[in-house]
Amino acid sequence: MSAMTAHERVKAARAPDRPRVRAYIADLFDDFFETHGDRLAGDDAALLCGVATFEGRPVTVAGNVKGIDLDSNLAVNFGMAGPDGYRKLQRAARQAEKFRRPLVTFIDTPGASPTASAEERGQGEAIARCLFELSGLKTPIIAVLTGEGGSGGALALGLADRVIMLENSVYSVLSPEGFASILWKDASRAEEAAGVMKLTAEDLLAFGMADEIVREPPGGVAANRTALMRALRGVLRRTLDELCALDTQTLLAQRYEKYRKF
Amino acid sequence: MDNIFSAFTNRRRVLDALKNTHRSRVPAEPPCPSCGQSAAITALRLCSKCGHHYAISAALRLDKLLDDGGVALFEDIPSRDPLNFPAYGEKLAAAREKTGLGDAYCVREGAISGRRVIAAALEPEFMMGSMGTAVGEAVTRAIERAGALRLPLIIISASGGARMQEGMFSLMQMAKTSAALRAFSDSGGLFISILTNPTTGGVTASFASLGDVTLAEPGALIGFAGPRVIEQTIGAKLPAGFQSAQFQLAHGFVDAIVPRDQLRSALVRLLKLHPETAAAV
Repeated sequence: MSAMTAHERVKAARAPDRPRVRAYIADLFDDFFETHGDRLAGDDAALLCGVATFEGRPVTVAGNVKGIDLDSNLAVNFGMAGPDGYRKLQRAARQAEKFRRPLVTFIDTPGASPTASAEERGQGEAIARCLFELSGLKTPIIAVLTGEGGSGGALALGLADRVIMLENSVYSVLSPEGFASILWKDASRAEEAAGVMKLTAEDLLAFGMADEIVREPPGGVAANRTALMRALRGVLRRTLDELCALDTQTLLAQRYEKYRKF
Repeated sequence: MDNIFSAFTNRRRVLDALKNTHRSRVPAEPPCPSCGQSAAITALRLCSKCGHHYAISAALRLDKLLDDGGVALFEDIPSRDPLNFPAYGEKLAAAREKTGLGDAYCVREGAISGRRVIAAALEPEFMMGSMGTAVGEAVTRAIERAGALRLPLIIISASGGARMQEGMFSLMQMAKTSAALRAFSDSGGLFISILTNPTTGGVTASFASLGDVTLAEPGALIGFAGPRVIEQTIGAKLPAGFQSAQFQLAHGFVDAIVPRDQLRSALVRLLKLHPETAAAV
């Protein structure tokens, strides 16, 4: 494994040519049917939900949506979901439980949307309720960190039975910019922040917050998407098999203990 | 040098003597930030003229809320420094010195007008009441104890959010506390969440927003993102009262705004409306 600095990992995690959630869905699943809306107020384009099959078995899929250029990013608020997105996820999660489908989430967000309208509609409550729903959801949950995972906005999709991180994904309490801004009142010290935050996949695996790292093909994930997807497919298959073999009581007890120990 | 020094100490003595002669008078308070008057501050840290809610320590809150103050729990949870974060140890030591607490929490078992409860409060003077591993552990133990004893749970939040210095370990406290509340809720437990100034970030986005009943103190700032971050994002000033307790009531995220001097009586009413459940089998 190359000796990349934490800051270089953050840059790699945010690379504009890194596969986005729809690429993972296209390559890993069949029959994807996107389900829109939170049934309360709106439909958040920054957080996608739907139903698909993974090697024949139905699964619920959810993920942060990022663009690849300015226009496409403006359309999805740079991957920062608002309360409508988190409530759409809650709806999808409850249906996953009802129809006994595992839930697979793909995380790639700098954080939850910090706007006035998000606050008016209860951003904090929406994230908290995701944690509440997922912690007791009676079906297996797998979270895959594909790019950057920032703050509660990422954790809302990340409370899972298994957390899988791509080699160059990062996961942190806040974006390095936000962290530097809060602690040092200087967002420009993000590189220094990344160095002390311990946000790489290796760090998270050592902490027990990630369960497995999927190595990225030499030459990069953009140029070698097929190899990346083949590796991830294998991990998903094995993980789904493991989790689906557990009875619900054991699954929930293990999930509780997974977070209780921190 | 000697002369200057002795002149200084003499001056101090004169000042001290003057203070002593005036000790019988009511000390002049600095002007209240709400009404501008130099009014006395009550035992619950309210302006005696306009009722402005001053910050109050976690310990004093629980002293006033519980019959005879209750019994302290979980005081020995060690704070951790999992990232070996520069100068965090010194910051913790200074906060302990300042507050007399081990970390930013107080948990007590006690009673409110005879009804047994588990009550916790976060300490805003301890690193802004931020939630790291110790606070998350204290809150989780409080939830689990309330569940085991089938007692109502009351948590008074006052927090800037996740504690940055503990990085991802702080984020995990959001999952841990929320999962504990889910189990508590599934077992039929009553959780009354009380939001005070300020309740923001990872505390708002976890246990503080998961109350069966949610109360807020007048004037409290309650939200996920802080006002400074929002203003930077949207490039505009926020209107006055944005994210206030009144704002949260108007937007449907708070059941009632309760002034601090009415909190105990409000809780007595709420507890009466939620009768004791049978003991666990």
